[in-house]
Amino acid sequence: MTRRELSGVVAVAGVGTTKFGRLPGYSAEDLGIEAMDLALADAGLGRGDVDGLIVSRIPDYQQFCEMTGLDPRYVQITPGQGRMSGSSIQMAALAIAAGQCDVCALVYGNNGRSAGSKYGGEADRYGGAGGSVWFPYGMTSPGAAHAMQFERHAHLYGTTSLHLAEIAVAFRNHAVLNPDAVMRQPITVEDHQNSRFIAEPLHLFDYCLINDGGVALILTSAERARDMAKPPVYIRGFAQASALADVYVPPEDFWRDPMRRVAEEVYAMAGVTRDDMSALMIYDNFTPTVLFSLEGFGFCKPGESGPFVAEGQLRLGGRFPTNTSGGHLSDSYMQGWALNVEAVRQLRGECGDRQVKDASHVQFMLGSPIVSSIIYGKDPR
Amino acid sequence: MSVAYRKPLPVVDSRNRPYWEALRRHELRLPRCAACGTLRFAPFRHCPACGSEDTEWPQLSGRGTIWSRAIFHQVYFEGFRDEAPYNVVLVQLDEGVKLYSNIVGADNAEIRIGRRVEACFDDVTPEVTLLKFRLVD
Ligand SMILES: [Zn+2]
Repeated sequence: MTRRELSGVVAVAGVGTTKFGRLPGYSAEDLGIEAMDLALADAGLGRGDVDGLIVSRIPDYQQFCEMTGLDPRYVQITPGQGRMSGSSIQMAALAIAAGQCDVCALVYGNNGRSAGSKYGGEADRYGGAGGSVWFPYGMTSPGAAHAMQFERHAHLYGTTSLHLAEIAVAFRNHAVLNPDAVMRQPITVEDHQNSRFIAEPLHLFDYCLINDGGVALILTSAERARDMAKPPVYIRGFAQASALADVYVPPEDFWRDPMRRVAEEVYAMAGVTRDDMSALMIYDNFTPTVLFSLEGFGFCKPGESGPFVAEGQLRLGGRFPTNTSGGHLSDSYMQGWALNVEAVRQLRGECGDRQVKDASHVQFMLGSPIVSSIIYGKDPR
Repeated sequence: MSVAYRKPLPVVDSRNRPYWEALRRHELRLPRCAACGTLRFAPFRHCPACGSEDTEWPQLSGRGTIWSRAIFHQVYFEGFRDEAPYNVVLVQLDEGVKLYSNIVGADNAEIRIGRRVEACFDDVTPEVTLLKFRLVD
């Protein structure tokens, strides 16, 4: 079977998201269970229908199955790193296409806010344990690594913090329209510029939120999805690549090379082009990642992402409305998972005030040492 | 020095000991594959380029260029509280390898991408010397 033949063979039949925010007393498993039951209900299914399970950030798949009474044919677990969201969904699509399971629940639970997760300092394990070697110099946190990448981009291309502000403001404006978002107070460019520096040149408003919540998606064959409660959203294309060999320092090329390869593959598999996209979901752990992704995936030329976003392209009403939920910056820090749910909801027309009119294709893009992308479509081909 | 050193200290082990022992002698040495000549920062047993276990520890020039930098305002380690906002730089050594460090003896505003630097050695405790850099241009 060629990759092209896999296009539109698997669909998202159900999605579920818990409340987002500070949810003390709930474990990652608890949040995942709540999201999974919501996603199953969304599809018109019950737990008894699940025969495939992939959990992420939930530390123990075995306990999760005990807690939910599941005996899936196919079980996988992925680490609680955002880069795993895209990879996990691709893994589920392949398992269904290969007949290893028929109904796959992807379940993500994150109690990091209440559990006091730290992304810098002694507990920093960004991408692995290797970073502790730099603690004597005070170097820590994924935010600082992205600050250095952005500083480099600014040096090479003249990109400025005002370009980052445009991203933060655009996504916040989207969150204002999203009743489920954590951050719903509008912000201005001045608010962004006046927010405190964390790792300069990045301000607080360049950073994603840290909050609790759970997300689940139910994937099944396109054929089976057509008999379920909601219209299917088809997985039209997916691809991934990595830049891991020299991962202890930021990449020289802002992940342009792996992104270019992923873009080529994902558009070829889906049989569509950038121009067909109604909206984009870009992994926004930090605002600079959005710039790097727009360049790497070819929405603008290398180095031109700052002026590109300054034109308002990412806003609702712009050419490529991006992170219409508010993204990680303003909706919820669900490490890529909730962006995939937002793609599905846009294609179903369930997004209320933030709905993109006549949405037909939405692309998820994840820039990190593991680059991935998924193109969702309203139609199977 | 009567005040205890409060910043994080490196974990010295059998793999990275040659690096830290060299720094105590105020020399910068990094592992280089004796088979293919690839220099690396991490003291992995096997060369990532060719898989050889044959490692040598040549002395390097200590000269390089600032590849990027960040100024830490957030205090992630208590020992850095009094110095915040402090600099962290990513230096590319003339031999090609990149490593994170701090610039000493310069204002944060002077620490910019592309500036030339040279190694200096900070004896932070009787057992540990850290590799730092100063601006030279
Ligand atoms: Zn070698």
